[in-house]
Amino acid sequence: MNNLLTLPVMIPLGFSLLALLWPRRASSIGILGLLATLLASAWLAWRVAGSGPMLLALGGWEPGLGIALHADALSSTLLLMSSVVALAAGTYSTGYFRERSDRARFWPLWLLLMTALHALFLSGDLFNLYVTLELIGLSAVALAALGGKRKAVEAALRYLILGLLGSLLFLAGVALIYAGYGTLDLMQLRNMLAPEPVAWIALTLMISGLLLKSALFPLHFWLPPAHANAPAPVSAVLSALVVKAALYLLLRFWLDIFDDVVTTFAAWLLGSLGAMAVLWGSWKALRAVRLKLLAAYSTVAQLGYLFLFFPLLAALPVGAARDTALGALILMALTHGFAKSALFLATGVIQQKAGHDRIEELGGAARALPVTVFTLALAGVALIGLPPSGTFQAKWQLFSAAIATGQWLWIPVIATGSLLAAAYVFRILGYAFASAEGVKYRIADGREELPALILAILATVLLGFGSIWVWEFVTPGALAVGEVP
Amino acid sequence: MMLTQLIFGIAGGLLFAMGLRSALIRESLLARILAVNVSGAGIFLAFVAIAYRGLEETPDPVPHALVLTGIVVAVSATALALALRRRLEEADDE
Amino acid sequence: MSFNSWLPVLIVMSSLVPGLVIFLLREENHLLRTLLNLFGAVIKLLLVGVLIWGVFHAQVIETRWTLAPGLDLVLHADALSVLFVTLSTLLWLLTTIYAIGYLENAPHRSRFFGFFSLCVTATVGLALAGNLFTFVIFYEMLTLATYPLIAHKGSPEALRGARIYLAYTLSGGILLLIGTIWLWNIAGPLEFAQGGILGSIEGLDPIVLGIIFLLLMTGLGVKAALVPLHGWLPQAMVAPAPVSALLHAVAVVKAGAFGIVRVVYDVYGIEFAASLGLLTPLAIAAGITIVYGSLKALSQDHLKKRLAWSTVSQVSYIALGAAILGPLATIGGVVHLVHQGLMKITLFFAAGNYAETLGIHKVSEMNGVGRQMPGTTLAFTIGALGMIGLPPVAGFISKWYLGLGAVEAGIAAWILPILIASSLLNAAYFLPILYRAWFLRAEHKPLVAGNRVKTVTPPALLWPPIITASLALAAGLFAAAPYSPLEWAQLIAEREYKQ
Repeated sequence: MNNLLTLPVMIPLGFSLLALLWPRRASSIGILGLLATLLASAWLAWRVAGSGPMLLALGGWEPGLGIALHADALSSTLLLMSSVVALAAGTYSTGYFRERSDRARFWPLWLLLMTALHALFLSGDLFNLYVTLELIGLSAVALAALGGKRKAVEAALRYLILGLLGSLLFLAGVALIYAGYGTLDLMQLRNMLAPEPVAWIALTLMISGLLLKSALFPLHFWLPPAHANAPAPVSAVLSALVVKAALYLLLRFWLDIFDDVVTTFAAWLLGSLGAMAVLWGSWKALRAVRLKLLAAYSTVAQLGYLFLFFPLLAALPVGAARDTALGALILMALTHGFAKSALFLATGVIQQKAGHDRIEELGGAARALPVTVFTLALAGVALIGLPPSGTFQAKWQLFSAAIATGQWLWIPVIATGSLLAAAYVFRILGYAFASAEGVKYRIADGREELPALILAILATVLLGFGSIWVWEFVTPGALAVGEVP
Repeated sequence: MMLTQLIFGIAGGLLFAMGLRSALIRESLLARILAVNVSGAGIFLAFVAIAYRGLEETPDPVPHALVLTGIVVAVSATALALALRRRLEEADDE
Repeated sequence: MSFNSWLPVLIVMSSLVPGLVIFLLREENHLLRTLLNLFGAVIKLLLVGVLIWGVFHAQVIETRWTLAPGLDLVLHADALSVLFVTLSTLLWLLTTIYAIGYLENAPHRSRFFGFFSLCVTATVGLALAGNLFTFVIFYEMLTLATYPLIAHKGSPEALRGARIYLAYTLSGGILLLIGTIWLWNIAGPLEFAQGGILGSIEGLDPIVLGIIFLLLMTGLGVKAALVPLHGWLPQAMVAPAPVSALLHAVAVVKAGAFGIVRVVYDVYGIEFAASLGLLTPLAIAAGITIVYGSLKALSQDHLKKRLAWSTVSQVSYIALGAAILGPLATIGGVVHLVHQGLMKITLFFAAGNYAETLGIHKVSEMNGVGRQMPGTTLAFTIGALGMIGLPPVAGFISKWYLGLGAVEAGIAAWILPILIASSLLNAAYFLPILYRAWFLRAEHKPLVAGNRVKTVTPPALLWPPIITASLALAAGLFAAAPYSPLEWAQLIAEREYKQ
């Protein structure tokens, strides 16, 4: 039954090949594939919720020589989020890409990206993680350059080079680990790693690579141009998923595999960089002229919040408070994933209607797209962190942890970040209100508007009122410390 | 045995660092792509050094497998980079 | 789950669901929209009636939903929440009728009534909140729901007013949030309990409690328009009259004042708060606001702005009542929640009528309106007299109890002058209006500026102020009767004082 673990990887891969071979039906194949993947991910999450972490040794080769796949609460939650966002953005794409040639190129790449993402979440082996990181980078770059426009290709190339550098740093770390410990299997490493120079240097190298890929300030500069010029569904997935993959690895290393190796100083460093990301990103978002740029800078800021958790988790003793903070981190990542993808999809709709995405001139398009404006509002609420969104719950815990551990420094940062976010969200919404005429259209294009709406509702309503489910699912044994079935 | 590993390992590390620097500093796109390749080659060299177990024994196969995989990845990435660069040139000509 | 666990949720839903449906309606579906609005309001009223009955018979009516480890969303009915819910529901029904009449032929009505319903949902939610966490959630949702109402007209002034509103309320909201989280950290789940909970918890640092009190009061004081946090209120006057009516009488400002009452009585406990010395600063802030608001009102010619400053002043009576130790002051403050609501909404309804029927926005234009619009002006008069504090209108009762409470607490020396000064100032800015309206001749013919001005006030606009004025009068005349707001306030005050 553990073969279930391979499904979220094999299904999108298979459908990717199908879409490549049968370009006329690319859209239908794509959607079908995404649906099947979602089912597989849901099933996996269900199994993990019921029986705990799952492990599979591929091909029967035991760790040491073989590659292991592993799923626990953290990875299956992210897997599920990834499947949902991919399906929503994929549905949106069926309306977005009008030309058949565009679709034929989009779908194989999209499914390949999903394959890579899911493989990353499920990998139990360090080198496998490197390969999946590269795969993600390559497919994301290809997708980002899909429009063929000069700006998009430039941004994509910069993303590619920097992404490769990040991966190489990661690989250098992997080499050191193998030299020092003789194994690449995560389970084995967890027990073997000790605070010594080899581990420190390797961790520093790998973390540097991951920080570059997760766009932490000041290594974030590749993100705004790449997001802003890519097609809307690609931006959605870049912000919501690709960056989260790197963050997931950071979490996995920091809290689980390398937890004996990390130092409080490093945690504070990450937290400080996160704080700067929050302030800098929010400020730049406020000054942005284009909606997509605003969304991209908002991503930089939101990721900063996630890094604020690191010093707090370091300071909290192991126990209920720490588990709650960890659950809050995951809740925030989930909510941001849904909300940001909703924002990008909604922006895409507006951009198609208006031909541009300049914020000051949005009034006309906004009048004709009430559903999309509503989606923007809902997503905005989740980005600011107002109730009832999941982000509100997460920020509550963030504040609470800061007070409980005496790390007062973060409190004004979070408060300022939230107020700046409110400023830039309501700036957009203000333009949507600046009209006196009545509304002419209702739902402009169901395929495009509804997925965004559903994502926004997930972020603001479901994760807001159902947040306790995230805590219940994630916290007991979120990081599968210790036992292997 | 240690000495051989050390020499090749350091050489690999040097290549890695040099490639990294060039990729960050250089302006020309082609140079940066090449630099990334050099950097990758450095790591591969380090892996091979790690695999060496002396003249008597067969080397450790795991790092060799990793290097092969890595080469494939590097080639694909380079191909993509070059294709994109080509696209940029065409866009310039338009 | 028994019916009693569902009741609070149903009360909240009774405006949420119609609101959401109204958003989806086409602009032209007047009938359906009106029906939904009224249907929701009436259902809510009925459910609130059930609620009152239940609380009166000391039943436990509570909905609980866990949101996070250690954090429950709690909707709970006690005497104070019932007071506020009843006021909100009743006034919502009347304001809905008024708004339907006021906005006839106006654009974007579906949007308006949708957010209108959300606004009431949030108000009712925070009225029924059973702990500070739930209160804060609905408090912030109220900000979100009222922003579109203020920005409704879409003009640059409306957007500007709405932006200023947001800047104030969101900043205040963050402070309130931080204060709440801090308190939760040190004191556990902050479930409202009559008599307060902090007094019985060991080991709390008084200085920390003081700082938290400051944070909470600042956050709540923004909405309650305590000086110097009141700056948004005059700017928000750009909203349509029904919005101003609702905001000032029922929703936003009252929510802030209600929050202050809750924190002082049901979180800190009035006696504990007094022992920490927290009441005096609050009383001072309230006193300053009372006088300052009235002074500014004097200089306003724009009628709605004058009324806005009057609100700034009047709502602080509630804060003042909360800040004076002693059941009499408590009664005065709490009952003023109801009385001020009734009187102020009457005044705003009337102001809206003057604008709609005669195109009058300024006090200086109000000569002779008593003759042209007798019903509206009669209502206005009753409301104004109540504001001044003249019996038998209800406002007199609140001031009387506040005065008595000040004497009881021994601080009459500086409270009484404030109350007297306020009454005099109120007279100074209301009596001239009444004089103009009733005793001066009109200087101009009724304006017919655009097709939105009617020469006769339609029933939907006329009856609500008359009804609320009558209620204000009745609350004063029949204050000693059972179920009067005063009786209810006395019940609440009784339970807040343990020793």
